[in-house]
Amino acid sequence: MTGLIQFGLGSIASAAISLPLHPPTASSIAADVDLLYYFLTALTLFFTALIFGTIFFFMVKFRRRSPDEVPPDTKTHLALELTWTIIPTLITGVIFVWASLLYVRNSRPPASSTEMFVVGKQWMWHIQHPEGVREIDEMHVPVGVPIKLTMTSEDVIHDFYIPAFRVKKDVMPGRYSSIWFQATEVGTYHLFCAQYCGTDHSQMIGWVYVMSPTDYAAWLAGGTKNESMAQMGGRLFSQLGCVTCHATDNSGRGPSLAGIYGTTEKLRDGSATTVDEALIRQAIVNPNSITLPNYPPIMPTFQGQINEEQVLQLIAYIKSLEPEERTTSGK
Amino acid sequence: MSTTLIAEIPGHELPSESRVNYLNVDHSVKSWLLTHDHKRIALLYLISITLMFFVGGFFAVLMRLNLIEPTGLVAPETYNKLFSMHGIIMVFFFLVPSIPATLGNFLVPMMIGARDLAFPRINLLSWYIYIIGAAFTLYAVISGGVDTGWTFYTPYSSTFSHSQVIPAAVGVFVTGFSSILTGLNFIVTIHKMRAPGMTWFRLPLFIWAMYATSVIFILGTPVIAITLFLLGLERLLHIGIFDPAIGGDPILFQHMFWFYSHPAVYIMILPGMGVMSELVTAFSRKRIFGYTFVAFSSIAIAVISFVVWGHHMFVTGQSVYAGLIFSVLSFLVAIPSAIKVFNWTATLYKGSISYEAPMLYALGFIGLFTMGGLTGLFLASLATDVHLNGTYFIVAHFHYIMVGGAVMAYLGGLHFWWPKITGRLYPDGWARFAALVIFVGFNLTFFPQFVLGYLGMPRRYAVYPSEFQVLNVMSSAGASILGVGYIIPLIYFIWSFKYGPIAGPNPWGAKGLEWTTPSPPPTENFTEIPIVTEQAYNYAGTSESAHG
Repeated sequence: MTGLIQFGLGSIASAAISLPLHPPTASSIAADVDLLYYFLTALTLFFTALIFGTIFFFMVKFRRRSPDEVPPDTKTHLALELTWTIIPTLITGVIFVWASLLYVRNSRPPASSTEMFVVGKQWMWHIQHPEGVREIDEMHVPVGVPIKLTMTSEDVIHDFYIPAFRVKKDVMPGRYSSIWFQATEVGTYHLFCAQYCGTDHSQMIGWVYVMSPTDYAAWLAGGTKNESMAQMGGRLFSQLGCVTCHATDNSGRGPSLAGIYGTTEKLRDGSATTVDEALIRQAIVNPNSITLPNYPPIMPTFQGQINEEQVLQLIAYIKSLEPEERTTSGK
Repeated sequence: MSTTLIAEIPGHELPSESRVNYLNVDHSVKSWLLTHDHKRIALLYLISITLMFFVGGFFAVLMRLNLIEPTGLVAPETYNKLFSMHGIIMVFFFLVPSIPATLGNFLVPMMIGARDLAFPRINLLSWYIYIIGAAFTLYAVISGGVDTGWTFYTPYSSTFSHSQVIPAAVGVFVTGFSSILTGLNFIVTIHKMRAPGMTWFRLPLFIWAMYATSVIFILGTPVIAITLFLLGLERLLHIGIFDPAIGGDPILFQHMFWFYSHPAVYIMILPGMGVMSELVTAFSRKRIFGYTFVAFSSIAIAVISFVVWGHHMFVTGQSVYAGLIFSVLSFLVAIPSAIKVFNWTATLYKGSISYEAPMLYALGFIGLFTMGGLTGLFLASLATDVHLNGTYFIVAHFHYIMVGGAVMAYLGGLHFWWPKITGRLYPDGWARFAALVIFVGFNLTFFPQFVLGYLGMPRRYAVYPSEFQVLNVMSSAGASILGVGYIIPLIYFIWSFKYGPIAGPNPWGAKGLEWTTPSPPPTENFTEIPIVTEQAYNYAGTSESAHG
């Protein structure tokens, strides 16, 4: 890891000789966020200078010249009041629209995103690649590829924050949150936990390594040979006995799960729900909260028996089951 | 209401000891601890919150010391307790009661021409409740400390923390009732006990600010009480409310917490804005520019402040649409604050401006509050908030509002009314020097934190990557200057209480009913209830019809 050592030495040297004023700009959205940031900074400086300047001017020009001076009475001035009500309203309106358009755009992951998985745990980050490679407090990603992270926590609320990418999202226990980014510069960047999570919160940090696609492929291949996440999930699916009820040929007591991901299912209470990661997770940890009309509510909970990483592997496995498998096996 | 006339009566220039006033009417300890006099209760509060301020400040000093070294000087669990106790004490036991319970208690009856608050016994009760709450919290400190942050986020606080969460939460829960009682007392007093002729639009703007604050006290405080009660239920009895492992929802806690705690920000700043209107007019001898705009902006802030809480949760994963709505409402709440700043500045125009210490604090407030407010726009903006949320940018922003704004206003108000409260003057040279030291120390402490936040340094870090060290050392250096700045007034105030020159009833030549009575005032405030015939801040002496 000479790159890391070089980076480490470089950052120590730069900290010693200079004062950093700008974080690295290393994602597809960073420059746009910075532009808004600089606009707001200019606005702040302008109005602060305006207010301070006016006060200083008045302080000098209208200083008290004799102890019993009586200045003229204040005149009410409706036009002035309206001016300084309407102008700030318009300015904040512009900022709101600008910031919101950017936010809405930044919060939609491209359909072509590569998925990766994050589990926060006091006080470390577990990263899983779909290929099965697992990392702790380090995340290797290819440059130029949009990456969508699905994240959850084993315990308390954490927050996944990569300043160089200008992305941040709370990582909650009991639910999935997601962010996406597309790295634009090869390099090594800070990964921080930005939501206070207990004693070693400030050591729940790591590094994001942005690599060229070829380096990334080599890195993926060079790790210890792993099964993919879906394969690991498949193994769990057998070990935990899921397969006895959820047989793909619909012969078990529960529904076949092949191709169920992304479909809309009708529940026992009559409501309809889309089968996504969150629903599958809920079905595993709290099965009686979502029961199907044609199946008895007999599934036991797996809460406490498997960890969040294993839940994610099971989800990856269920997502990997082809719909054809379901129909053909069903015949 | 001829202030100058009273000042010319020789008898009023006698030393305050020779006249019976609220301070010397009875020297026994019992007469203080069982007093129903709003002025004495104000002093009881003043002593209590000053004590809490220096306890909370001491924790801040230790935090800044720790952050001089990237590897930290104390253990992480110690640091976590330091910032938690600093936040809990400063927010709930200093900033929230600061101006209302001291200056407000002292001035609300005096400014409206009343002899006391509507419910003097309830007023005393509120102080005892505050003391009980403070006792619980100080017990939490002594018995090992609490490490949840002042925000008590679940499920960390309810399930995972091994620290003294319950005593600290009970302390905050209890002290909330003292806020509610104070708010109730102010609202009834302002409605029912104004002197003849003191119409709503002749009220000093400080009273409008106290009224708006009281509304938030009454509507907001019960919610934090409920929230902390539920937190206690989950922690002690494992009833699943907030922890998803037992069926709860951690986001629910944040909604409930911020439903109080965002309006609480305005509990802290609205009274400061009220003080500002008094100081700016007194030291420029001008009627306030745009009285109705300043008055109604206080009410607008109090109302809108209840619907912006979601801007604390932009990165929790709340829906994009919720984010958009809370963002636009947060921009909206900035407008009344801007209106106030412009009106204070315009009040100075063609005034007769003098620069005694209270005015220096007032001008410092306007500048720092402007910066605090404008940097709030970065956080109301969804796209930039994603990057800045949870970093030192937030810490810098709210300290510009809370310390640069609220504490500056509190100190300005204390310097302004100190001669009225004690009958004594403090050395103005020292006071101006302290104001300058505080201004410089404050900016050196907190400005570098804006940069740290933009660079990405998260808050509540006991240790940090070394590239952030230069800015952290700057901030710690500023904090030491700020600390000295706060100790100087403590010394000369204590000195002046006994040795300061006699102030006389109205040393600043200020308008307002409180300046028409002797200093210190007699227990009944006014020997005769005044009859009000003119608008507030009538420094030009014009009759009402002249400016309609």
